[in-house]
Amino acid sequence: MHVPDGFIDAPTSAVTGVVAAGAIAVSLRGARRELDERTAPLAGLVAAFIFAVQMLNFPVAAGTSGHLLGGALAAILVGPFTGVLCVSVVLLMQGILFADGGLTALGVNITDMAIVTTVVAYALFRGLVKLLPRTRRSVTVASFVAALVSVPAAALAFTLLYWIGGTTDVAIGKVATAMVGVHVLIGIGEAAITALTVGAVIAVRPDLVYGARGLTQKLKLRVGGELVDAPDEEPAPAAARSHRALWITGLVTSLVLAGFVSFYASADPDGLEKVAADKGIDKKTEEHASADSPLADYGVEDVTDARLSGGLAGVIGVGVTVVAGSAVFWAVRRRRSEDTSPAHTDTAV
Amino acid sequence: MEPVTASLEVSGLAFAYPDGHQALFGVDFSIARGERVALLGPNGAGKTTLVLHLNGILTGGTGTVTVAGLPVGKQHMAEIRRRVGIVFQDPDDQLFMPTVREDVAFGPAAAGLKGAELEERVDRALALVGMREFKDRPPHHLSFGQRRRVAVATVLAMEPEILVLDEPSSNLDPASRRELADILRSLDVTVLMVTHDLPYALELCPRSLVLSEGVIAADGRTADLLGDEELMRAHRLELPFGFDPRSVRMGA
Amino acid sequence: MGAGHAHRLYRHGHSPVHGLPPHTKIAATFAFVIVVVSTPREAMWAFGLYALLLAAVAYAARVPAGFLLKRLLIEVPFVAFAVLMPFVAEGERVEVLGMSLSVGGLWGAWNVLAKGTLGVAASVLLASTTELRELLLGLQRLRLPPLLVQIASFMIRYGDVITDEMRRMRIARESRGFEAKGIRHWGVLAKSAGALFIRSYERGERVHLAMVSRGYAGSMPVIDEVTASRAQWSYALALPAAALVVCLLGWSL
Repeated sequence: MHVPDGFIDAPTSAVTGVVAAGAIAVSLRGARRELDERTAPLAGLVAAFIFAVQMLNFPVAAGTSGHLLGGALAAILVGPFTGVLCVSVVLLMQGILFADGGLTALGVNITDMAIVTTVVAYALFRGLVKLLPRTRRSVTVASFVAALVSVPAAALAFTLLYWIGGTTDVAIGKVATAMVGVHVLIGIGEAAITALTVGAVIAVRPDLVYGARGLTQKLKLRVGGELVDAPDEEPAPAAARSHRALWITGLVTSLVLAGFVSFYASADPDGLEKVAADKGIDKKTEEHASADSPLADYGVEDVTDARLSGGLAGVIGVGVTVVAGSAVFWAVRRRRSEDTSPAHTDTAV
Repeated sequence: MEPVTASLEVSGLAFAYPDGHQALFGVDFSIARGERVALLGPNGAGKTTLVLHLNGILTGGTGTVTVAGLPVGKQHMAEIRRRVGIVFQDPDDQLFMPTVREDVAFGPAAAGLKGAELEERVDRALALVGMREFKDRPPHHLSFGQRRRVAVATVLAMEPEILVLDEPSSNLDPASRRELADILRSLDVTVLMVTHDLPYALELCPRSLVLSEGVIAADGRTADLLGDEELMRAHRLELPFGFDPRSVRMGA
Repeated sequence: MGAGHAHRLYRHGHSPVHGLPPHTKIAATFAFVIVVVSTPREAMWAFGLYALLLAAVAYAARVPAGFLLKRLLIEVPFVAFAVLMPFVAEGERVEVLGMSLSVGGLWGAWNVLAKGTLGVAASVLLASTTELRELLLGLQRLRLPPLLVQIASFMIRYGDVITDEMRRMRIARESRGFEAKGIRHWGVLAKSAGALFIRSYERGERVHLAMVSRGYAGSMPVIDEVTASRAQWSYALALPAAALVVCLLGWSL
């Protein structure tokens, strides 16, 4: 969904630009926490990996194929901050080097594809990992769900931006239904590949999966037949450990809220069928066109069934709420850490 | 050889990785200034782990490493890294900058060199490996052998006390292999060459160490070690078919 | 999209546009696109003038029209979206060739097509006259956070290396008779992706070691600085300045 120039009006583009710059500034600092001084080469290589993986076409059904967006994958493998950073850099380079995505729409693109996907995916992933038993299978399951929700969440975020700053007056309900409908299907592909990829990495190098960092054991060294304790390493930053209760509450709240959202959504049943019937255009074409994303070639038939919209809205509701919740959570955490370290300078981008 | 300050001194070095795998079990050796020494050993003997200790990239085990009298540790890290030049096995890992010139300049620039002095240092290092005319090329446009030579230049530009090469002959065609040997012989620095290319070791290094299962299993004249069939077999070191170290007469 | 990413836009040349310092070009392109986006869509003639301005730059840069037009294809998905707008948008409607079209939708479609196309054309001109290396130096000069520039520069340095690894893995799969045909094969592709990630990450670690071994301590040493004279700035900014005049006329007329 690389948005070109002129699709979203100038004020909205400017605001999203500021949002994106702020998020990148936060991520730069966060990534340094995740990767310390290895940030530049590791994030660079992961960005190159995301860039390459986006070219990996996976077949969906006869003749059609899609490819990965990678936000969820990046967040789970290398952590949310580094994930945001990597996907943003990929988008920036695509905009500048390949004219893919408008320069003034960079803010929109980064907000939508780097920030929303990554944050939604990671928040959901952490929540699930906390709730599920501590096994590798749980990590895979959590990756699946996280990636599945992240794609329609991005579609919804895009719709929201379009609603605020779209340059054409299109009924927002239609756009939302079409976008979300298509992207749920795309999300399934994204989810399967993401989960399988995370599973493949866990099988070989579990230590590399940021989202699955577990317990480490005290090292013993054998020198001349005697066991000697290895000197202690610096303790890993003990972030997000005692937050289990918070996560559970957050997730439950999200689900409850999601219920409301879906109730609201189903009370307003303007599906695509109606449009298609009224205007006499083939609904499949419409779906396809609004699926401007690279993954659009999935077999997209009968998605926009009105019965689905409630459920979809529910899924999206969870995503959006988790984003909002995480934002608050971060804000609180940041304020707390700012309180403890007054010598704190914030250099924006 | 006179007992001057050794270029490199390693004693009692033991190390295990965070996953519990122990790679070094107490390594001791010393290399005098100007020596060219080969570090031989089968795969998984701990060669690379040892190399990463020489400039303090891996720490946290027991034992000490001293470079020209300076202990490897947190206080002197910048100086240690300038003095120990490591050429890694894959030149693509070593050449991370967009052009050859910037790559060679990276080390000296990090040490604070600027302007004309920096340029001169870059030119000299590239001249030593015969790659001066490739200065403004991106590394990935060079052949593998050329990239390896530039990788050597990136380290020479820091004017190191000791040059450590990890598998310098791997993936080189015979001509590039000989060119690199000529370059290494022409340099006036201490060299530690980690390899399992035994003829290359014999050609370049009068002395060899055998690292096996995390300890130094043998230390002596390369020709003697390679001639000791029992020792070679015990440490999974195999000479290429038809190669007889006793038949090789060393030149310079 | 998709595989099109691998195609680099840069065209080697020695035109006056090629010779401009990169940061002036980036700033000029960016300013130009902003001006275009803020032009009222009713001022149709203004977009014609913008196109002429870009054509003049393309001429000065000796970028052939065919090259430029071919790269505009990247916009196609959004063109499809734009074409649909008149059908689905709300509001007043007109009859065109027997179809009922929304007036707002027509304007919207025009808006996206005109601005989007000009935006892509401007970016293509920038990318085809500026080397990768220079673009990075330019971004650095424009005060993009250094860490971000470093990440981008590593991504570009290793993008090809990793894409090559991916290609080799695909060849290895295919030479063993595997061809990805459907959902059943997602697992195999994901295993490749997983292996690719591990290789990329490990390479990142090795690159870091190589950097640290040469004295890296968290910040890149500055080796090159690009500078621009006032003349070069004014030369580069002539494009957005001219566009701004057009834009202001568009608002006032």
